[in-house]
Amino acid sequence: MNTPLHLWLIPLLPLAGFALNSILGRGLPRWLVTTIGLLAPLGALIVVLNAARGLIGYGAGLPALPYVETCPNPWIALGSLRIDFTLALDQLTLVMLLVVTGVGFLIHVYSVGYMKDDPGYARYFSYLNLFLFFMTTLVLAGNLLLMFVGWEGVGLASYLLIGFWFTKKSAADAGKKAFIVNRIGDFGFLIGIFLLLSNFGTLSFANLSALVAANPAWTGGVFTIICLCLFIGATGKSAQLPLYIWLPDAMEGPTPVSALIHAATMVTAGVYMIARTHFLFDRAPIALLIVAIVGAATALFAATMGLLQNDIKRVLAYSTISQLGYMFLACGVAAYSAAIFHLMTHAFFKALLFLAAGSVIHAMGGEQDMRKMGGLRKKLPVTFWTMTIAVFAIAGFPPFAGFFSKDAILYYAFQQGMNGKILYGVGLLTALLTSFYMFRLWYMTFFGETRSHDAHPHESPWSMLGPLSILAVLSICGGWIGYGEGLGRFGEYLAPATGKLPEIAATPHLELILSIVAVLIALEGLLIADKYYRRKPERPAKVAAAMPGVYSLVSNKYYVDELYGAVLVKPLLFLSRYLLGWVVDLGIAGGVAWLLAGLANFGGAILQRWQSGNIRSYAAWLAAGAAVVLLFAMTISAGGWAQSLQIILKAMGR
Amino acid sequence: MDLLNQSVPLSWFLLLSAALFALGIVGFLLKRNIITVFLSIELMLNAVNLSFVTFAHQWHAVKGQIFVFFVMMVAAAEAAVGLAIIIAIFRARGTLAIDRIDLMKR
Repeated sequence: MNTPLHLWLIPLLPLAGFALNSILGRGLPRWLVTTIGLLAPLGALIVVLNAARGLIGYGAGLPALPYVETCPNPWIALGSLRIDFTLALDQLTLVMLLVVTGVGFLIHVYSVGYMKDDPGYARYFSYLNLFLFFMTTLVLAGNLLLMFVGWEGVGLASYLLIGFWFTKKSAADAGKKAFIVNRIGDFGFLIGIFLLLSNFGTLSFANLSALVAANPAWTGGVFTIICLCLFIGATGKSAQLPLYIWLPDAMEGPTPVSALIHAATMVTAGVYMIARTHFLFDRAPIALLIVAIVGAATALFAATMGLLQNDIKRVLAYSTISQLGYMFLACGVAAYSAAIFHLMTHAFFKALLFLAAGSVIHAMGGEQDMRKMGGLRKKLPVTFWTMTIAVFAIAGFPPFAGFFSKDAILYYAFQQGMNGKILYGVGLLTALLTSFYMFRLWYMTFFGETRSHDAHPHESPWSMLGPLSILAVLSICGGWIGYGEGLGRFGEYLAPATGKLPEIAATPHLELILSIVAVLIALEGLLIADKYYRRKPERPAKVAAAMPGVYSLVSNKYYVDELYGAVLVKPLLFLSRYLLGWVVDLGIAGGVAWLLAGLANFGGAILQRWQSGNIRSYAAWLAAGAAVVLLFAMTISAGGWAQSLQIILKAMGR
Repeated sequence: MDLLNQSVPLSWFLLLSAALFALGIVGFLLKRNIITVFLSIELMLNAVNLSFVTFAHQWHAVKGQIFVFFVMMVAAAEAAVGLAIIIAIFRARGTLAIDRIDLMKR
């Protein structure tokens, strides 16, 4: 006897939290807002944990995966097309849900401390719950259209939270930028959905995968186009080239938001979407190659941009883009489980990095510039140690989580023939850069002398340090489940949902050799950072002076924002302002409106004379009108003037 | 009454009625004195009365006669109220020129 899992509660509990806090939050006492804001994700987490209890061997009474809950009434029913509100749970969904609700709940707890003195406390929690609602909808959706609803919804929540401090112009602008850039990607996603609908007539993942599996001859062609459209959507949401530009600016939002939305969960939606539709991508080798190339290029490009940033959150933002590039690289070599594995470990250590950075910022009274930090090791011990774990994890040192997942991606890339070797090289170079800039951040923040004397750093409250500690444990242990051949137990568990990992011809010790190379590379990054930012802090300035051109190019992020501004935004604005604004809006649309208004005005000016206000003239018109009606009646009833006159004369002459 | 019916045709009564009505309209439109305007309205009412009576006689129906009584009654009431208003206006404004009594328009 299988007990239902009540999946519908997972999105609806956060929605209820959003409704309560957004409608009543202003008037409620703070402790009640906190309770509502925390209970909603906690409830969702409990439902997820219940569904996931099979993972630790208490699966008695659990339904078999994939498990589906469908609302009995259809959402859209048009002819033969029927789209339902379907929530589907399989292994991939479960892993994603654990990450989203688990990390999400920890960040909710952290926010209680971080946002303690903010006047928009209730608004903040309502938005955070709203985000969780849409994110769980996205993850649980059983068809692409419902996924798209969640997809758009997380974009909305992201916009609201980036612009949370909307009185600050840069924050409001960053929100708009994120929203608009995402629209471009979403357009591609939508086209992909339409193409799927017109070619296959269904949007349900289960039906689509069954249909594709039943026709092994289908390959390339329309699959390539559909996959590329879906991938455009993924580049927007997951901040890949060329649509990555919104993510660094999104750091204007509160730091827990950066941790939850712009590092751990929302930006990984693109990776999730590709893993979810992997049966389509498997039939489109060209699209897969493009995914891999874009992923690798983004990883390298973003890593170089992270090298010289001085804002602690921006360094992390570029590193997020870079790590997402790794995930797409893994997708591109058809190692979807490896991508999801890295997604999970990345969620742990990147959320930890952001939260620790938030703790530093909190301690420094809002200061985000690393040049004004330094020497915080002694003053913020818990933050320091958790941050250290996260830095070692992202740099790829064993036995931390990042080592296992990054290593798996590089390993599977290496196996893909000649292209794979190049991708592997790019990935390795990125690993070096990643290790360097992360240790640079570590040294600049926690070591050396305190460079700011205005701030009086103090350790954060336990509501913030608790989540940090839990995430630190996860950042250490999170990778162990993926140890072994074919990602070990993790790969084995995910295989029914994301397909088997590529078969690899057994080469003795290859994986071990590659691991050692990766560790050496990470160590090299650590040593360079150590030399430049601890032992000889005057060196970076000298290097910068030696190569002024390269230095300004990199520290200005290759002028990509400026390039987009000149190539895309300026012409668009020009077009909007002059062609659309003046010619179409003022000229054509406005002209027609003015013409109609002018005609009415002109007619009114003439008719106005009748409304003289003079009663006598009204009476005269009345009499004239009556006479006209009378004459008209006479001509009609008597059949003409002449005859009526005759009748009158005849009557008189009688 | 037969004599009347014999000697004067129906249309003459109607023409008289129309002429009286037209006179009433012209008086109403052109005169400035309120009392004259008022009398013009009475003239129009009575022109209508005349045609009512004429047709009642022509068709041997009593309805027209009854309507005349109604009209006369209304006219009497109107005369009472109207004349009272005219007197009040004259007392207040010292004039009966209809163009001068236009405070409501300002």
